[in-house]
Amino acid sequence: MKTSFFRGALFAGAFLGTSLLGGAAELLNVSYDVTREFYKDFNAAFLAHWKAQGGESLNIKQSHGGSSKQVRSVIDGLQADVVTMNQVLDIEQLLGPKLIAPDWQSRLPNQSVPYTSTILFIVRKGNPKGIKDWSDLVRSDVKTIIPNPKTSGNGRYSYLAAWGYALRQPGGDEAAAREFVRKLFSNVPVLDAGGRGATTSFARNSIGDVLLTFENEVSLTIREFESEGFELVVPTTSILAENPVVWVDKVVERKKTAAQAKAYLEFLYSPEAQEIAAKHNFRPSDPAVLARHADRFPNIPLFSVAEVFGSWAEAQKVHFADGGIFDQIYEKR
Amino acid sequence: MASATASLSTHRERGTGHARRATQDAPWVKWTLLTIALLFVGFFLVMPLAAVFTEAFRRGAGAYFAAFSDADALAAIKLTLITAAIAVPANLVFGVAASWAIAKFNFRGKSLLITLIDLPFAVSPVISGLIYVLVFGAQGWYGQYLNADEPWFPWLQQWLIEQDFRIIFAVPGIVLATIFVTFPFVARELIPLMQSQGTDEEMAAITLGASGWQTFWRVTLPNIKWGLFYGVILCNARAMGEFGAVSVVSGHIRGETNTMPLHVEILYNEYNFVAAFAVASLLALLALVTLALKSLVEWRHTQSLRSENSES
Repeated sequence: MKTSFFRGALFAGAFLGTSLLGGAAELLNVSYDVTREFYKDFNAAFLAHWKAQGGESLNIKQSHGGSSKQVRSVIDGLQADVVTMNQVLDIEQLLGPKLIAPDWQSRLPNQSVPYTSTILFIVRKGNPKGIKDWSDLVRSDVKTIIPNPKTSGNGRYSYLAAWGYALRQPGGDEAAAREFVRKLFSNVPVLDAGGRGATTSFARNSIGDVLLTFENEVSLTIREFESEGFELVVPTTSILAENPVVWVDKVVERKKTAAQAKAYLEFLYSPEAQEIAAKHNFRPSDPAVLARHADRFPNIPLFSVAEVFGSWAEAQKVHFADGGIFDQIYEKR
Repeated sequence: MASATASLSTHRERGTGHARRATQDAPWVKWTLLTIALLFVGFFLVMPLAAVFTEAFRRGAGAYFAAFSDADALAAIKLTLITAAIAVPANLVFGVAASWAIAKFNFRGKSLLITLIDLPFAVSPVISGLIYVLVFGAQGWYGQYLNADEPWFPWLQQWLIEQDFRIIFAVPGIVLATIFVTFPFVARELIPLMQSQGTDEEMAAITLGASGWQTFWRVTLPNIKWGLFYGVILCNARAMGEFGAVSVVSGHIRGETNTMPLHVEILYNEYNFVAAFAVASLLALLALVTLALKSLVEWRHTQSLRSENSES
């Protein structure tokens, strides 16, 4: 017994040694939960492009998890060369420990947002409650599934979308929006921590009449739970969910991967990558590619966070900080 | 376990005077208790276990085995085995040393040491992971040391930076967190055993001229071997199954820092239910093997006790 343990430890030590010595440059993409399939395809395309450009061998690794947790890990030392998130707010956390440059948004086209998404509705087979638009979500007979806006990007965008909708109705003002969102959240039976948890509540545990989720999640959910016959409902308007990307200056400087990281992110804007994004139901930022897939992306007016709330930082402070409007209305429900 | 059955049997002997009344009350009491116990076991243990295997084989054996041919799954299995291969021997050595010191010697701070050994049982695994992030993270002591302008040992700082030696979000952090949460298993198993055995046999050996090392190998180790083996089995099961602490320090890099339990969660969140339950079934299988080994060890232990008793 003793010797076999010893041998095991020796073997493990040897493995550690070899894994630390690895030769090829390595790029680590730290992302949020649901981009895994997209980046798997994108990485393959990028590697082909990189090789064609005469780049030396490159190894791309992916890490996915809840967006706040992932950003926290990068701050705590996870060696991410690039960070790809679904909210500007998450990336701005990296400004604190000076991991990225303050002008990061202007370094890449379209404010460093290569693809976008929006919030749409999924309802049960045949839409028994007749849900058509945001105004139906505040009816007392409708139960809505939204993840917690304080812990998930999904929930935050849903909350802000509802607020923006109410604000833009005839006679809409701050007070009306607040009352609308309060009523909406009083109809939420469970507040899951993340987007996938909310999907499980709705689809696997059969809770609620309507699920609010990202457009890129909609078709996947409907396909995964085919036997349930879920249906998509497109509201009259919704929010523009911007997916910003950034290279982490401090890490690429140390790992000497700045060129690779920059090329990686720039390739996201190429027609080829934009096609891959469209295939995975992200809205391409390239108008030509978007036009080619117009049938898959319903053309409804989308408002951005900046348009309605000034900026992400402002929205965060007013709505989601401790004691903010979300806390106030959720306590009172 | 063995001591529990022993105390039960003495209890029964002592209680023979009341035996008739107990048997008169018995039928419905006995059956009610038995039904409750069986329902409880069925509901909380057997049913979930069966569910894991049915879900895993839902799309047939092909899909089940395909789950293990995935490179990320293989990497997760490999990392889990490596982690256990380091954590278990480390805790084996520590457990034997600590329980030896506690059971055979008297020293100051002994009760403090016993309390400290229990610490990992008392704190939540998430906290166990966060401790390492706070100490070894980029914002923690280790990170500050690497960034310090005038560090204590400049050559060490230089070397660590050159080697790019990472602790958290890399294999060392996962191993450290696993060692921390599995720390008490071996020691907890050995301390009561060694205390009950006392120091008589060791003293006899030393009186007869054995060296300390000889005493350990020839007297102490044979006496504790079953307890030790039992502790190692439990330690190993937890080392492979730990989720909370490892999740905090892992960084979730696919094919690099995901252990099996983390991989199960990822697969589940990706709607890949068959693969998730397939990997989960491997963990469940490990638990079953552990239980079987544990029963075997207990059985062998009572056998050896019985043969000793019949000899004497």
